[in-house]
Amino acid sequence: MRSASRRSYGVKGAPYLFLVPATVLFLLFFALPIGYAVWLSFRKVQVSGLGLGSGARKEVWAGLENYTGALSDSELLDGALRVLGYGCIVVPVMLGLALLFALMLDSEKVRLASFTRLAIFLPYAVPGVVAALLWGFLYLPDVSPFHFALDRLGLPQPDLLDGGPLYLALSNIAVWGGTGFNMIVIYTALQAVPAEVYEAAKLDGATPLQIALRIKIPMVAPSLVLTFFFSIIATLQVFNEPTTLKPLTNSVSTTWSPLMKVYQDAFGNGDIHAAAAQATLIALATLVLSFGFLRAANRRNKQEASR
Amino acid sequence: MSSLALREAEPAAGTAPGTARGPARRRRIALVPTLTLLLGALYCLLPVAWVIVASTKSGRELFSTFTFWPGTGFTGNLSELSAYRDGVYWQWMGNSALYAGLGALLSTCVSAVSGYALATYRFRGRETLFNVLLAGVLMPPVILAVPQYLLLAKVDLTDSHLSVLLPQILSPYGVYLARIYAAAAVPADVVEAGRMDGAGEWRIFTRVALPMMVPGLVTVFLFQFVAVWNNFLLPYIMLSDDEKFPITLGLYTLLEQGANTPALYTLVITGALLAVLPLVALFLVVQRFWSLDLLSGAVKS
Repeated sequence: MRSASRRSYGVKGAPYLFLVPATVLFLLFFALPIGYAVWLSFRKVQVSGLGLGSGARKEVWAGLENYTGALSDSELLDGALRVLGYGCIVVPVMLGLALLFALMLDSEKVRLASFTRLAIFLPYAVPGVVAALLWGFLYLPDVSPFHFALDRLGLPQPDLLDGGPLYLALSNIAVWGGTGFNMIVIYTALQAVPAEVYEAAKLDGATPLQIALRIKIPMVAPSLVLTFFFSIIATLQVFNEPTTLKPLTNSVSTTWSPLMKVYQDAFGNGDIHAAAAQATLIALATLVLSFGFLRAANRRNKQEASR
Repeated sequence: MSSLALREAEPAAGTAPGTARGPARRRRIALVPTLTLLLGALYCLLPVAWVIVASTKSGRELFSTFTFWPGTGFTGNLSELSAYRDGVYWQWMGNSALYAGLGALLSTCVSAVSGYALATYRFRGRETLFNVLLAGVLMPPVILAVPQYLLLAKVDLTDSHLSVLLPQILSPYGVYLARIYAAAAVPADVVEAGRMDGAGEWRIFTRVALPMMVPGLVTVFLFQFVAVWNNFLLPYIMLSDDEKFPITLGLYTLLEQGANTPALYTLVITGALLAVLPLVALFLVVQRFWSLDLLSGAVKS
């Protein structure tokens, strides 16, 4: 029915047509908001006179004012430091556990592998808010089994929702929620390694530990880099867990993490311009870190292509 | 540490020392991984076990009985939760099901057609477009959500179901996964054969390629369903009418009120348990024909 030229035209145009929905959605819900946020970050509201009347408040160009304001804002910097400390606990512990569990799953003659794999993965299906809520209750002295046990043993009961332990309490929630997914990513990479790679080492009498350290971990290094950078990005964006713990303790302020600070400035204080500048700075910090991730991912793709 | 200690103790507790050294040694090797994984599973199941037990306790039992001792108040908690503000809890569940179900379905459709186009065709700007779409993953949700709110407010769409649904349809990770699955599951010569038969490009996609991509698309659907179900920040920013809240936001407001009234604790706990059940059930059901490995983009070679 159709002529050859009609068909080849269809082939040429088809991918563009197929990509129309994604492109439109990207422009509307990613590009436009990002552009708008950057635009807002260079603007400010100028109040003339007493700020009364319709013409008294108008938006004017602010230059870098919002940025210098954000960079000298001690609340934002404190939040960044808190999240840095939190990330220094979460990322190594979570990925260490994920790697450990993945290696254990991959070892020979392991029992109950499918049950334990599913159990460790289960927290992935639990919303961050619910996870924070469950752990929050487990930290509360009145209901916590840990406090119950310590009380019976006559030992002092630390307040997990205050000071230094608060970091551990929050980190634990992130580790609990994130280990399973990362374990699956690393385990998948381990399974893609052909068995012949280990055979020679086994014949040479290498122990499973030696095989794990010298062969398996280097082989899955690309996926470790991948999970590492995704974890860093997720850590910088922490919001749900501290927000959920807030009603349970006075130690979590409304500006505990940088994203909470952005939310607070935008909706609590109604200063969308300062919030936009802070959000842009956080996005830039994320992009700088992600640059390393992209390079690592490209190296991984090349490795796979040459395989 | 405890797994190491158990490993040392195992031969003494099992067979007599010196006998059947071979099998004992092999069992010992498997014991460390198994115990490590069991400890991990215990850690991951602990809060879930706690919430199951705690949801059976009445308000008084919650503070007076041992944590892991079941109580007698489950049905009471359930009816109290259902009665709370004329059953607003079930409204939240329904909203979450709508946001996650419809959102994931639309997201899967967009991912499928985009991933297929990116994997099958060679055209100018392909890699640029793909990289730009992927960069969306790296954007902190708040830098998107705050301006999204301000922009949607200009067209009067905030505080509506659409304000939560629309921004979550395009999933960069979904497009990425769909591209990998399409490249692996749809052979180029099958597409070419369809063209020889005179089928149009859209027809080839819907009739030939789409059925081949189904296992991968199930993964995209699940991933996005979980992402939307678990999302808190976007509805937190977009919504103020609690009749439109998803379950995450609803539970959060319940906890916020409950902080000063411990009587509400039992409602929060029972609500948290019920909020987790749908996703756990979903994963247990799909386990039969779907593998967790697919989630990280693994394709069988």
